[in-house]
Amino acid sequence: MYRTDMYEGLLAETVTINGANGDQINAYFARPLGPGPFPAMVLAHHMPGWDQWYREATFKFAHQGYITITPNLYFRAGHGTPEDVSAKVRGEGGLPDDQAVGDLAGAMQYVRGLPFSSGKVGIFGTCSGGRHAYLTACRASGLDAVVDCWGGGVVMPQENLSSKSPVAPIDYTKDLPCPILGIFGNEDSHPSPEQVNQHEAELKKHGKPYEFHRYDGAGHGFFYYHRPAYRQEQAVDGWEKIFAFLEKNLS
Amino acid sequence: MCTMIVEKVKVAGSGKGTSGWFQLEQANVSFDHPFNAPLEHALNIDFVNESQGTSARVAVELSEQAARDLVKTILAVLDRAEAGGHL
Repeated sequence: MYRTDMYEGLLAETVTINGANGDQINAYFARPLGPGPFPAMVLAHHMPGWDQWYREATFKFAHQGYITITPNLYFRAGHGTPEDVSAKVRGEGGLPDDQAVGDLAGAMQYVRGLPFSSGKVGIFGTCSGGRHAYLTACRASGLDAVVDCWGGGVVMPQENLSSKSPVAPIDYTKDLPCPILGIFGNEDSHPSPEQVNQHEAELKKHGKPYEFHRYDGAGHGFFYYHRPAYRQEQAVDGWEKIFAFLEKNLS
Repeated sequence: MCTMIVEKVKVAGSGKGTSGWFQLEQANVSFDHPFNAPLEHALNIDFVNESQGTSARVAVELSEQAARDLVKTILAVLDRAEAGGHL
């Protein structure tokens, strides 16, 4: 907890990292000043892209004491405003799962290799980013905690599988190496409460440590203060749950 | 993406984007999260010309009912034009 008489400083900048297939992509990075060692967080941005909300989330985690990196998962789609780039990716039907996992794993390796890293790394994502965070935790070894906020498409019917998403994330659950925190709205349709139940049952089946919080009066994206979906009370509680979970698992 | 429901169609015509008029090449029609409309999911149409970069885009985000009404209206106007001998 910060006190009003404490010195505080953050460094924030755009960096270049190695992503999937060794491709160089850019990433937004922020860290507390000081020698560390600090735990780290990788953030998986949502469908609206590598946008202002995720820049602010990067600051937020850094302010809480985490080296934080948010790779631009849409780097290969070209450059422009986040909305225009995201619209292009939306028009292409989203990202290949392998590419997103490779980029997020590259971000994990980047922060773990920094001299002021404690070696502990977690991953957080919302919306499609929650799904990508879960996939990465299951498929890229080395993560110590995962926070999935309303990740749609963790549970996928067979007919929704495609060349870009050939395996439903839930089917990788047996490989999850770390505790998971899930934050969901009970009025969400993607994931629906029934899909969250299925995910929870799969975690139980494989004996994975998990903590799910489901909020009444909240739908999809209820942390997004700039959207009508924002729910103040639930969002404040959700953030408290996230930082308590990370303190417990990354300290 | 969340729903990943998208269809593409080649289109001919012009669109007016942030930098003025440009030649349209394609429309991407999706039912997914909008950027601005106050809806969880919307019928989004992006009229684009990818050869001119990501900013060559005219975007609309419609409610389901608005999208259905628009489709009917476009077809009704085309039917009137055909009946009037304009097509």
